[in-house]
Amino acid sequence: MLVLEKRAERSALIAVASPLIAIVLTLVTIAILFALLGKDPLFALKVYFLDPLNDPYSLQEITVKATPLVLIGVGLSFCYLANAWNIGAEGQFLIGAVCGSWLAVVTHGTEAGPWVMPAMLLFGAAGGALYALIPALCRVKFGASEILVSLMLVYVAELILDYLVRGPWRDPKGMNFPTTAEFDSVATVPILIEGSRVHLGALIALIVVAGAWLLLSRTIKGFEIRLVGVASKAARFSGFSSDRLILFTFAVSGALAGMAGIIEVAGPVGHLQPGISPGYGFTAIIVAFLGRLHPVGILIAGLFLALTFIGGEMAQITLKVPLDLTKVFQGILLFYVLACDSLIAYRLRLIRTQRKVAHEVANGPA
Amino acid sequence: MRKILIAATTAALTFAAGSLSAGAAEKLKIGLVYLGPVGDFGWTYQHEVGRREMVKVLGDKIETTYLENVNEGPDSERAIEQLARTGHKLIFTTSFGYMDPTLKVAKKFPKTFFEHSTGFKRAENVGTYSGRFYEGRYIQGQIAAKMSKKGVIGYIGSFPIPEVISGINATMIGAQSINPDIKVKIIWVNTWFDPGKEADAAKALVDQGVDIIMQHTDSPAAMQIAESRGIYAFGQDSDMIKFGPKAQLTAIVNNWAPYYVQQAKLAMDGKWKSGDTWQGLKDKMVMMAPYTNMPDDVKKLATETEAAITSGKLHVFKCPVVGQDGKPIECKGGQNLDDGQILSMNYYVKGVDDKVPGK
Repeated sequence: MLVLEKRAERSALIAVASPLIAIVLTLVTIAILFALLGKDPLFALKVYFLDPLNDPYSLQEITVKATPLVLIGVGLSFCYLANAWNIGAEGQFLIGAVCGSWLAVVTHGTEAGPWVMPAMLLFGAAGGALYALIPALCRVKFGASEILVSLMLVYVAELILDYLVRGPWRDPKGMNFPTTAEFDSVATVPILIEGSRVHLGALIALIVVAGAWLLLSRTIKGFEIRLVGVASKAARFSGFSSDRLILFTFAVSGALAGMAGIIEVAGPVGHLQPGISPGYGFTAIIVAFLGRLHPVGILIAGLFLALTFIGGEMAQITLKVPLDLTKVFQGILLFYVLACDSLIAYRLRLIRTQRKVAHEVANGPA
Repeated sequence: MRKILIAATTAALTFAAGSLSAGAAEKLKIGLVYLGPVGDFGWTYQHEVGRREMVKVLGDKIETTYLENVNEGPDSERAIEQLARTGHKLIFTTSFGYMDPTLKVAKKFPKTFFEHSTGFKRAENVGTYSGRFYEGRYIQGQIAAKMSKKGVIGYIGSFPIPEVISGINATMIGAQSINPDIKVKIIWVNTWFDPGKEADAAKALVDQGVDIIMQHTDSPAAMQIAESRGIYAFGQDSDMIKFGPKAQLTAIVNNWAPYYVQQAKLAMDGKWKSGDTWQGLKDKMVMMAPYTNMPDDVKKLATETEAAITSGKLHVFKCPVVGQDGKPIECKGGQNLDDGQILSMNYYVKGVDDKVPGK
């Protein structure tokens, strides 16, 4: 029988190797799936993973897709490192988009100058942070589960956005469709590469990754976050308040999610509408864990996940396989990541069951 | 000798290359972008039926590709562009929300033809097409008025855009021709496709006492609720009789297949032109599923109305169309409202005891 046995020490080797093992196992599984679907598995993997990397357009689109994932993922890693469970980044993303869009809507058609876009980003970040503080405060003040509260607030955020674009902010020329008017050019995020959709947000994401890395590895705050996560009692003895830390990490993660939201709206979308996020806030949870809660890891994981989306589309076009395969694929990946992670603290051991041992004692080994 | 050999080889090569490129050029690559999964058994499914019909009729002269579940946000622009980049020369984008992304991509690929469903913005290489769904609604309204014991229709709306609002109005005008006191309860689910929300809306309507459900959303979820609660419902986009063998009275069936085949042929012959196609029962772009679960007199009435609309004898929005305030709507089409008025309808007619959201 196979059992999981707790390791005396966490295995450092497995900690590094685990996501790689997970990716390899996923690739093998997906290759088997392709083979079962009657497609050449090697060709399928090439279409899925290599072709997008060979094509400048796909590379640009991977960047566009990865930008919100990385921004949100980095924020979430702060929470998760400190053992605070923010599941509601999707809601913070939407509220950030709403708060930033407010400026775009009120300045629409006015002579407002180039201060609008930076101010929108600030509003988005502030809105996301405040929205994230609701579950954090509920946790700290009333002991409410931050997992449930943050998750439920996603639906509230969706409905707030819905109400606004359906009512007060609706584009009068939009045939009753629930969307604001197209943002003015001062209210949009500038494009970085001419002729593509790669926007300033990509650069902001890189800066955030670098900043987060500095903060986590070089500052007391970073030490505090990691310490509370690993040994909360020890942290309390050293005078760190876990309550304050929950508020801090939620605020940071909400701010980054909110900023991702307004960047997405003021960038690729160009106006506020429902359905601006195909679940970025939830996908970013996978990104955060796949990236080992490390900023650079998250950057790589974000790009990798974006690759699975773009590759998934290429696979639909070239191999004529259904979209569900992409979803199955992401699910398998998360499953293997979590499974491999348990090997850091546990090891697999083959033991014989009692009955079999007794049987062998009586009759000799089979 | 050597020269002849070279000439022969060159000729052979040229010939081979020529026939190769001719073969490749003949095969028209057609792409489709779907809002839901192909298995939604409603809106997207009918477009998929159209695609299969193209494959059936045109065989290996074409190659088709579809992208499903493409959200109406920033992903749609990429999905459309991916198809254009991979050499698809005719691209159908099958949801209203793809309108601006379609136009953006079309600008970058002037030699690719785009067909956008239910939109109103066109370009040199972007045409639009849609069905006169309101014609079917009128028939359904009459059936509902005959079949409802309580005189209340439950209506599940997606978005309060003109297409949906004109459907509600057509239903009411049809129903009022039978029962002037008919009522309608509307729930907006703010999505085209979300079986969970659609089912919740249907349950809420049944709990509020409606005994007939009509929907303008894409899945058969409401039909299944109607079947399990023992009331009647109308299928939408597709014949949903499988999901409500005892519940479905009829269904509006979107029949895109002939149009798709025709446009593909035009593109193959180099005769494709941007246009605005809006067809109804007469051209069979809108069709009615068999009239079921109703007495013969209702069936007869429905069949007659269908014939009258098909022949052009009956226009759904015949003047005077009376607004909620009791005043007639301006009659721009002579005998009836003109197409522009129907396509931009953003008010309810008299008898709808509700208010257009956001107005």
